[in-house]
Amino acid sequence: MPEQPYGLIATFETTAELYHAAEKVRDAGYRQWDCITPFPIHGLDKAMGARRSIVPRFSLTGGITGFCTGMSLIWYTDAYDYRLTVGGKPFFSPLFAFPVSYELTILFTAFATIGGMFFVNGLTKLYHPVLKYENIRRGLDDLFFVVIESADPRYSPTGTREFLGKIGGRDISELEA
Amino acid sequence: MSSAENAVTAPSTAAVLREVRPASLPRPALVENNRSFSWISDKICGIVEGETPSWWWWCFGVACFIASFTVAGLTYLVATGIGVWGHRSPINWGWPIVNFVFWIGIGHAGTLISAILCLLRQKWRTSINRAAEAMTIFAVVCAGIFPVFHVGRVWYAWFLFPLPNSNYIWQNFRSPLEWDVFAVSTYGTVSVLFWYVGMIPDLATLRDRFAAAGRVMRARIYGFFAMGWRGSARAWSNYEMAYLILAGISTPLVLSVHTIVSFDFAVSLIPGWHTTIFPPYFVAGAIFSGFGMVLTLMLPLRAVYKLEDLITQYHIDCMCKITLATGSMVGYAYAMEFFIAWYSANPYEGFTFINRAFGPYAWAYWIMISCNVITPQLFWFKAVRRNTTLVWVLSLFVNLGMWFERFVIICTSLTRDFLPSSWGYLSPTVVDIFTFFGTFGVFSVLFLLFIRFLPLMAAAELKAVTPQADPHAGHHHG
Repeated sequence: MPEQPYGLIATFETTAELYHAAEKVRDAGYRQWDCITPFPIHGLDKAMGARRSIVPRFSLTGGITGFCTGMSLIWYTDAYDYRLTVGGKPFFSPLFAFPVSYELTILFTAFATIGGMFFVNGLTKLYHPVLKYENIRRGLDDLFFVVIESADPRYSPTGTREFLGKIGGRDISELEA
Repeated sequence: MSSAENAVTAPSTAAVLREVRPASLPRPALVENNRSFSWISDKICGIVEGETPSWWWWCFGVACFIASFTVAGLTYLVATGIGVWGHRSPINWGWPIVNFVFWIGIGHAGTLISAILCLLRQKWRTSINRAAEAMTIFAVVCAGIFPVFHVGRVWYAWFLFPLPNSNYIWQNFRSPLEWDVFAVSTYGTVSVLFWYVGMIPDLATLRDRFAAAGRVMRARIYGFFAMGWRGSARAWSNYEMAYLILAGISTPLVLSVHTIVSFDFAVSLIPGWHTTIFPPYFVAGAIFSGFGMVLTLMLPLRAVYKLEDLITQYHIDCMCKITLATGSMVGYAYAMEFFIAWYSANPYEGFTFINRAFGPYAWAYWIMISCNVITPQLFWFKAVRRNTTLVWVLSLFVNLGMWFERFVIICTSLTRDFLPSSWGYLSPTVVDIFTFFGTFGVFSVLFLLFIRFLPLMAAAELKAVTPQADPHAGHHHG
């Protein structure tokens, strides 16, 4: 039995063509599909019907962790583990602990945001079936692609191909899994 | 105008506007001459893909030679002792701390461009943000050298961080110097992360171009750092969110870093340092000096790589205007410091400022005033902003003036504190001068490596600000 392909890829030449095609794919009810663009296109996520990114949740978690780490680190070191008397100042106060906790909030948020973005986007995975398509490098240069995956319930080898042609896609080809 | 009048005129304003049909003012193009997407890729990637130009090798050689001065100075310092820097009571913070604050300040323009201008949706930042962020990172590297070696026994520099050690003693978190350790190391780390994340799409473009050209080794190296980026729109959406959050947190970060640097001074009791104006004054000065350095670096790069279509006159105008604005804030702070010194009726404070302007360091004070207060005012004139050579020369004056600002703050206050018995005068030693001079070489080596091996501009972001990137081009509504 021949292996099921990963999906179909179609080429679009201008931003506007891709944008309108994306709206049509969305309206046709496809779920497992994606666009490939050399730069972020303003409003494309809406045209694709994509949900708001969940990256901020990672950031918030990171920020709270960072702040708590700062406060507890300073309390533990200066007020609990080894009490150090300096100039008669209190062993712990959130006031002098604030600058360090503030910096750690930012540091942890940055790591969590980037880690979260990598995780959600499946980055660090160096391979993807789309990368096998011979013209894919133009997708990071000056062309735009729409990819509809065979995993989508509405996918059919002939119907989806016709649909991509109808919405203005060119050079429609099958992607190896 | 009173509200009653307003109500009367409001409807007629609309009618008048319909009548006169005001001209729509075109925004200045951010990429000139209608360049295509592939032209932008070719232009930026071409710099990395092409052969190493001979001027690059010459500059690299000279930069390495200059950097060797820092290496020699630090080697001698470590082998001999910190006394070779000419520090003695009362001036235990001499050139090294001047240099530290100078370099850290330079970095701030990079973060301002990448973070604050991103939040303010200033699209002109796209052609200069990558190089400015690189400048930030390399400036932090140069800055870090000084406090690390200033601790004296550099092999104990890790005592700055709360790591368990055999003395069982921890850091004193009540000290602004310890806050500074966290501020500067966070700043360095977040700047690297921000820079790297911004570069991922362009690294992927380079990966694909090297692969297409059959240069497998290069394709693998760039491919590794591109993390498998393939331009997926769903990934872009998360990426843009992450980038926005990074910009959002870098903005308070950049403001806090120089604020905390200024706490190193302001939290002490030394006359001339113990003032509440220091945080905003230091931040404005940092951005001012940073833009000076951005101009110093970008104008020659623009000429050498023929980037006039990407770094346009509009970009130079914008940078000059920010330099003018922050320079004026710095000038205002100088005046306000003087005023408060008098108004506070504190004799020590008053004496410090009279001494700054007319004492033994008056020469440094007036260099500072002429470079930082007078120079930026020339940017009011369009003719000055349009003369690239002149802008470059003025940017050098800004750099010079801002180094002297830190010199004046540190040396005048330390050499004249409360008791005349502890007065002194600081002259730098040869080791001081060599070590500082060499950091320009360290900076240049890193910057030259950056322009040779990494995409100098954010190609993906530049494509996004071209007119053809707008999916609704031609039929605007509203």
